[in-house]
This record gives sequence, structure tokens and C-alpha cells, in this order.
Amino acid sequence: MENKLIILIVIILGAIAIAQLVRVYEISAKLRKNEEHEISNRDNRLNAKLMLGFMVALFISFIYLMTEYGWTGRGVAASVEGKETDFLLNLNFVIIIMIFFLTNFLLFFFTYKYVRKPGVKAFYYPHNNKLEMIWTVVPAIVLAVIIILGLQTWNDLVAPTGKEAIRVELFSKQFDWTARYAGQDNTLGKYDYKLTTDNNELALLTSNTIDSALNNMMNGSNGISRIQKLLNNRDTIFNDSTSNALRTELSRKERLYRLLAQMKANHNKKLDASAWDDIIQKDTLVLCKGQEYEISLRAKDVIHSAFFVQMRAQMNAVPGMPTRMKFTPSMTTEEMRKSKNNPSFNYTLMCNKICGGAHYKMKMIVVVKDKAAYKAWVASKKKETFKDKYFPAPAAPVAAVVADTTMTN
Amino acid sequence: MASVAHEGHGHDHHGDHHHHEENFISKYIFSQDHKMIGKQFLMTAVFMGLVAMILSILFRIQLAWPGESSDFLSFFLGEKWAPNGVLKEDMYLGLVTIHGTIMVFFLLTGGLSGTFSNLLIPLQLGARDMASGFLNMLSYWFFFLSSLLMLVSLFVESGPAMAGWTIYPPLSALPQAVSGSGLGMTLWLFSMTIFIASSLIGSLNYIVTVINLRTQGMSMTRMPLTIWAFFVTAILGVLSFPVLLSAALLLVMDRLAGTSFYLSDIIVGGEMLANHGGSPLLYQHLFWFLGHPEVYIVLLPALGLSSEIIATNARKPIFGYKAMIGSILAIGFLSFIVWGHHMFVTGMNPFLGSVFVFTTLLIAIPSAVKVFNYLTTLWKGSLVLTPAMLFAIGLVSTFITGGVTGIILADSALDIALHDTYFVVAHFHIVMGMSAVFGMFGGVYHWFPKMFGKMMNTRLGYAHFWITLVGAYGVFFPMHFVGLAGAPRRYYDYTVFTDNDLPTADMMMDLNVIITIFAIVAALGQLIFLFNFFYSIFRGPKAPQNPWNANSLEWTTPVEHVHGNWPGALPVVHRWPYDYSKPGADTDFIPQDVPLAEGEEEH
Repeated sequence: MENKLIILIVIILGAIAIAQLVRVYEISAKLRKNEEHEISNRDNRLNAKLMLGFMVALFISFIYLMTEYGWTGRGVAASVEGKETDFLLNLNFVIIIMIFFLTNFLLFFFTYKYVRKPGVKAFYYPHNNKLEMIWTVVPAIVLAVIIILGLQTWNDLVAPTGKEAIRVELFSKQFDWTARYAGQDNTLGKYDYKLTTDNNELALLTSNTIDSALNNMMNGSNGISRIQKLLNNRDTIFNDSTSNALRTELSRKERLYRLLAQMKANHNKKLDASAWDDIIQKDTLVLCKGQEYEISLRAKDVIHSAFFVQMRAQMNAVPGMPTRMKFTPSMTTEEMRKSKNNPSFNYTLMCNKICGGAHYKMKMIVVVKDKAAYKAWVASKKKETFKDKYFPAPAAPVAAVVADTTMTN
Repeated sequence: MASVAHEGHGHDHHGDHHHHEENFISKYIFSQDHKMIGKQFLMTAVFMGLVAMILSILFRIQLAWPGESSDFLSFFLGEKWAPNGVLKEDMYLGLVTIHGTIMVFFLLTGGLSGTFSNLLIPLQLGARDMASGFLNMLSYWFFFLSSLLMLVSLFVESGPAMAGWTIYPPLSALPQAVSGSGLGMTLWLFSMTIFIASSLIGSLNYIVTVINLRTQGMSMTRMPLTIWAFFVTAILGVLSFPVLLSAALLLVMDRLAGTSFYLSDIIVGGEMLANHGGSPLLYQHLFWFLGHPEVYIVLLPALGLSSEIIATNARKPIFGYKAMIGSILAIGFLSFIVWGHHMFVTGMNPFLGSVFVFTTLLIAIPSAVKVFNYLTTLWKGSLVLTPAMLFAIGLVSTFITGGVTGIILADSALDIALHDTYFVVAHFHIVMGMSAVFGMFGGVYHWFPKMFGKMMNTRLGYAHFWITLVGAYGVFFPMHFVGLAGAPRRYYDYTVFTDNDLPTADMMMDLNVIITIFAIVAALGQLIFLFNFFYSIFRGPKAPQNPWNANSLEWTTPVEHVHGNWPGALPVVHRWPYDYSKPGADTDFIPQDVPLAEGEEEH
């Protein structure tokens, strides 16, 4: 409270001080018969010098920032693609820094040099087609180079991946990430958001998950039967707003139920296997150095964005629309720790699209291992497939057989 | 109609204007006089800008000293949003969102184009008033109403809109996702709807006025570049703002009527929504179809104002007048086919992305032409460094510095790693925010005598300029490096780096403290402006009729405002507005209404 008072007092005193200064200035200006619209030569020169001084300060601070901070935070690129874009970035930086220095220099220098001097008249120079042509054509040529190089890289970055790329899905929701590996068949199981249940957070599509989703929709803690029961309750019947809300909810759930039933009728059981062997990984994303990754992205609630700073990779995850990205890690976590000289360094997958209050906390640790370590990790996960973890054999005899056959393949 | 009537008065018995004494309400509140409406826009925008600036200081304090108790925060936000002086994370997003919205739309669109189009279009064209004084008044009052609604949304219990100024759905459509998407977002949408109506009415009026009400001799190629800029700006507004309205309308439908334009397959707050088939990308396309022209709606008026200020104070014709018009037109046209560069990593088709890379980089060409033309205008000039001139030169500098980083961001391959980082924030704040603000300040200093008949204090103007220029670069220069290090924007704090990449986090924190200190200094510097502005309105020395020895028609009007602008007949134009230091002339300026001398050639 006292601090607030002090703040207020300082503001008021400041205003009074300025007012007094201006009064003094006004009176002295009247004495000197100075007019506001006539800028004195002294003021002109002073500002011209300040302009030149500012330019020097600007350039020095730029060079300082560039050398001190330019690349420290970024570090080296940790993916094959990132190296390519970093090269292009550096090239473009050279071009724009040159333009920055040149044009800012001309601007401030001209301001300094051509400030009004008594008796010197400005040079009447309305236009010069040749000059204008030059600075239309030269930027156009430079830009053509930038465009061509940029588009070549871009086409590489968005080209489809090969067969040997490992497929991983990043599933995003407020406020965490879940990774899903495609498993042994390297095919991600299909999904449908309506299949989401406590046991199937990623909404994977199998015969069993359809059944459990139907069951959940009908008999779950907030299922259709419960809502119907609530609607028949005497208290609810007489409460318009509650019963209306319940009726809306009921019709929504009935619609979803019908869609699920339809899904069940049309379901092709052969699809189950590709989902059963998927491996769901919650805490960390483990990647292999030198391995190309085809990453699909999915969002449950709002738009998120998968951002791997050191890999120079980013793509949005959009509800209702699958998106993809690819990259090939080129440095293990250990190598990056050495390069950064920071033994506690970790790659992180951040969310980079505003997604709610805890947006800034939405992250996942990424570990890049070398081939041997990665293989060992994969082996350790063999018995932790979607099926093993959430729908162990007794619950699904039919599907288990299908899954087993793919395993033996 | 009104102007036609005035025309008649002007020729026959102009004394009529002084007969109908106006009362306070029709003169200051529901005024239909373009000069008064311009001032109303300016006052409202300055107030809104002040609010948005305070909001930015609030979240900058959080960014520089995260989690530390601040009296300043608790003073403005109270216990609800800053318990014990520590900002709540939801409110952080709210502050960021409303700061962006107010700055882009209310200060730089309403304030810049609204103020100076209104003031200068009739005055520089030699018209008695806008084509429709009534619509002009309506445009201001819609603007006022929308400003009011936007301010009210700050005081809603569930908080203001929190989805970023771009309000991407589904976040903005689902109150379950963030508290600000409740009533706060509804108010945001209503406010913007009214704002768009205001902008449309205003823009149509500007276009009609420029086309129809030019005085005798004022051909399109004799118009000052300010008018060209306002004219193209108005066209951009008319073509793009309705698209934002449609985007907002569909969002309102999704929020209130249960439609699925932007929503598909969503589970939020444990609730499975039945919406299916909508696309969040549709919103982004619609939004940026406005959003990118909007950048130039903000920028072009500033460039127009600075062209006029630089030519006048360099005592030289603007170099390459026709090329300047050409580049305004080229920028205006290209601005409509570049919106996809905001969407390289949203899942938009990569081929489409490459088309947008091409069109976006093309915009650099007319921009470069403008810069070089400014430089050549300064070359061998006789520069009078008024505060307005300093701001105009500052504009050219920020336009360069912010513009070149655009070349990087327009390159889709490079945008991947920089998208939505502070590099982007730094880029658009310098190129759009600072340039436009500098243009606006330059405009205020330059045309203050025309607006209020008084002079502003030059010394205070200098102090204001230097603090603002140093502050602007001090804030946004280091910010590039925070972004290059990979700091995402709209992050409440950077603990994610502290935990996993401490040296980088330390570097970000160092820079963030520097940025915030510069921001506070720059904000305090604006107090000098406010003081100078209001003090000069009441106590400034009386302005001469043509204080800067300028050529354009507004300086031929009397200092005391009269209805219809010119007490006698309308001036007749004989030349372009840039005859400064013309060889063979007695003075270093020849106003547009001076006939060509014997044997004199037009430029």
C-alpha cells in the first residue's frame, strides 16, 4: 500500500516538475523571441549529430548482440534437415545484415550530412528512371536467388518419407504430449475420437475398443442410461433449465452412440492388428540418431504445435485434421550435452501454439539415443504394446489371435 | 450531398457558414465536421493506446521477473488476477491478447487511418468536407462503441479474451478450454464486429471523397502521397474487413448456435463434442485474408504521412513520385495474395506454401523501392529536423530493420524453426508496430498546428523522439535473439528452458530484463508526449498558417477552423505538391494553388 502511494506521489511530482520546466522554457523562449516552428541551426545540428551517434550505437549494439547471443541459445542443429535450414538461414542473414547496415548507414549519414546549412539550397531532383530501375531490378534478382534456394529446401523438407522411416504419432491435449510408436509392423493403428475411453485415451480403433466405447457411452458414469434416469427424476422434470441441458446432452450422446454402432457394423477386423502392436509412451519421446522419422500429429481439444527447437522442426496439431512432419535426429542427447557443455541438457518437445493457461508448461522430454541404445530400448518395450497394457488377452480372444499372427510374421 | 451544398455556399455567399452558431453537442460530440471527427479518432486512439501500453508493461514485468511479487501488478490487477502481486497465467494470456487487439485495430487502424484520413483527405484535396458527414460521424461513434466494449471486456469476471489477438478456434470457441473464451470472447467478437462496421463506413467514405471531391486541377497524379496511401488503405479495408467479419460471424455461430464451421472431433474438459467436419484452418485462412492486408492498412498511412513529412522537411520533392504511387499500389495488390505465409506450419498444403513464399518475397521489391526513394529524397536535401521529421526518419529506419527479417520469415523453410517465436514478435513489432507508431507521432507533430491551431513544444518533442527511438530498438532488437534461441511467444515463463537448457534460459532472462527496462523507459517517455500534447492544446503558442512552409492545400486554410474549410472559393490546383527548392523560384516552396509561372515546366 505504501509503495502504491509512493508510486502515485512520484508520478504527480514528475508531472509538476515537467510543467515547471516547460513554463521556464516558455518564458525563456518568449524572451529570445523563439518560435516553435522555426528550428534553430543549433537544434538541427544537435539532432543530426545525435542521429549519427545513434547509428553508431545501433551498429555496435547489433554486433555485440550478434556475437554474444546470436547462436548461443540456438546451438548447432540436431537434425539433418536442421543443418540444411541453418545453412540457408545463415546465408539469408548475411544478405539481410548487409542490407541493414547499408541502408541504415545511408539513412543516418544523409540525415547528418545534409542537415540544413545556412545558404545551401536543396538539390531539386524529382526522379531518375535509371536509378529507380536499378533498385527495382537488383532486389528482384537477390530475391529470386532467395526464393529459389528457399523453395528447394522447402520441397526437401515436405517431401514424403521413405519406407524405412519410423512412424510415430504425437498426440496432444491440454497440457501434455503422448507419443505412439507404430510398433513392429511400422503402421500406426487407425483411430476415431469417439472411441476415447479411460482405457483408450488415444481412441485407437479395434473391435474391442469399439465395444468398450459403446458400453461406456451407454453405461458409463455419465452415459445415456444415467442421463435417462436423471431425466425421469421428479426434481429434474420440474427444473426446466436442468432438464433442457440434460436433453441436449442426451441427444448428443445418442447421436454419438448411433455413430459408434455404425462404426461397429462397418468395422474391418483386419485393422485391429495395426493398433494392437502400437506402443504408447507418455513421459519421454525416445528417438534414434540417424533414423528418419515420419511424425503424425493429432490434437484432442484445441490446436497445439510440436516444436523441437534444436531439430529446427515444427508443425501444428489440429483437431479433426491430421498433420505430419519429418526429421532425422543427427545428435544424441549425450553429444548435444557435450556440444553445449551442459551435462543436464535435455531436448524438449514444446507446445508452440497458444492452447490455454498452462500452455507454457506443455512439454515432453526428448531423448535421442545411438543405434545400440535405441535397439535396447525398443526391446524393453516389446511387451508394452497397446494390447498388453490396456486389453490383455482374456478380454479379447478373437482379436488376440489376429494380433498373434502378425507378431509371428 | 453536403459537400455539394457547401460548394454552392462557397461560391455564392460563403458568409453563410458563420451564421448557424453551433452548440456544444453538435460541435464537439456529434460533430459531422471531418476535422473534429479526426480529432475524436485521435483522442480515443491515444487513450486506447495508453491502455494497451500499460497492459504490455504488466506482462513485461512478469516476463522479466517471473513469479516475483510486484506492487505495480497488484495495483492494476488486484487480488483476483494478481494474487500477492504475481500475475495469474490466464490473465497473462488475456493481457497479451488485448494488448495486441487494441494496438493493431484501435490504435493503428482506427487511430492512424481514422485520424489522418479524416483530417487530411478533404484538406489536401480541396474539399469542403467528406462525401458524407453523417456517415463519417457514424463511423466515429461505432469506433467509440467498439472501444468501449473492448475495455469493458477487461473487467469481466471470467477475464478478457485469452486466445491471442488472432483468436484461433477451437481455443476461442470453447469456454471449457480457457476461461477467457466465455463472456470475454463474446464481447471481443461484438466489439470487433462494430469496429469492422466503423471501418467499412469510414473507408467507403474516404474512397468516395477521393474519387469525387477533388478540387479543380487536383488530378490523381497531383495528389499528395498521403492521399494515395489513405486511398489504397481504404480500398484494402473495404475488401478485407468483411472477410474478418465473416470469420467472426462463423465463430459466433460455432459458439452460440452449435454449428461446426471450425470444430471437428473435439473432446474438451472430459466432454465429447458431436461437432464434425469443421476446419480450424478455414478460420485461419479467413482471418489472415484480412490479417495480412491489415498489416498494410496499418503501414501504408504511416508511409504516406512520412513521405509528406520527409519531402517538406528535406525541402526537396519526394524522389520518384510515380514510383512511390506504383509501389503503394503494388504493395496493396500483393498484400491480398500473401496471407498463407502465416500458415506454413499449420498443416496447409506445402505446395500452397511455396506459392505464398513466392508472392510474399515479391512484396520486398516495392518496399525496397520505397526505402531507396526515401534515401534519395534525403540525399542533397536541406534537412530541417523538426520532431515530425525525426519520427519520419525513425520510421524509415524501423521499416528497414523490421523489413529485412521479413525476408527470413517469408521463407517457409526458415519459418519452420522461427514460427511463433519471439523472432516473429520482434519482426512485426518493429516493421509494423514501430513504423506505424512513428508515422503516427510524426503525423501528430506535423499536423498538430492544423488540428488545434497551436504549436507543440519542440524540445519536448525531441526528448520524446529520442526516448522512443532508443526504447523501441532497446525493446525489439534484443527480442530477435530471444526468438532465435527458440523462445516461444505467449509463454508465461521459460521454466521449460530453466529445467532442460539452463544457459539458454539464463540468456533469455538476461535479455528479457533488458527488454522490460527499455519498455518501461519508453513507456515513461510517452508521458512526455501526452503532457506536450494536452498542454499545447490549451497553452501552446498560436500556430502560423503555414508553419513548415509546405505546399499542400491544407496549409492554405485559415488557422481558425471554419465549416467548409476555405472561407472563400475552393483553391484551384496548378501543380504537384512537391515543388520544393525548384530552380528559378524565389522561395524554396511553391504551394499547389500557385499557377505555373511564365515558361515554368511542371515537374
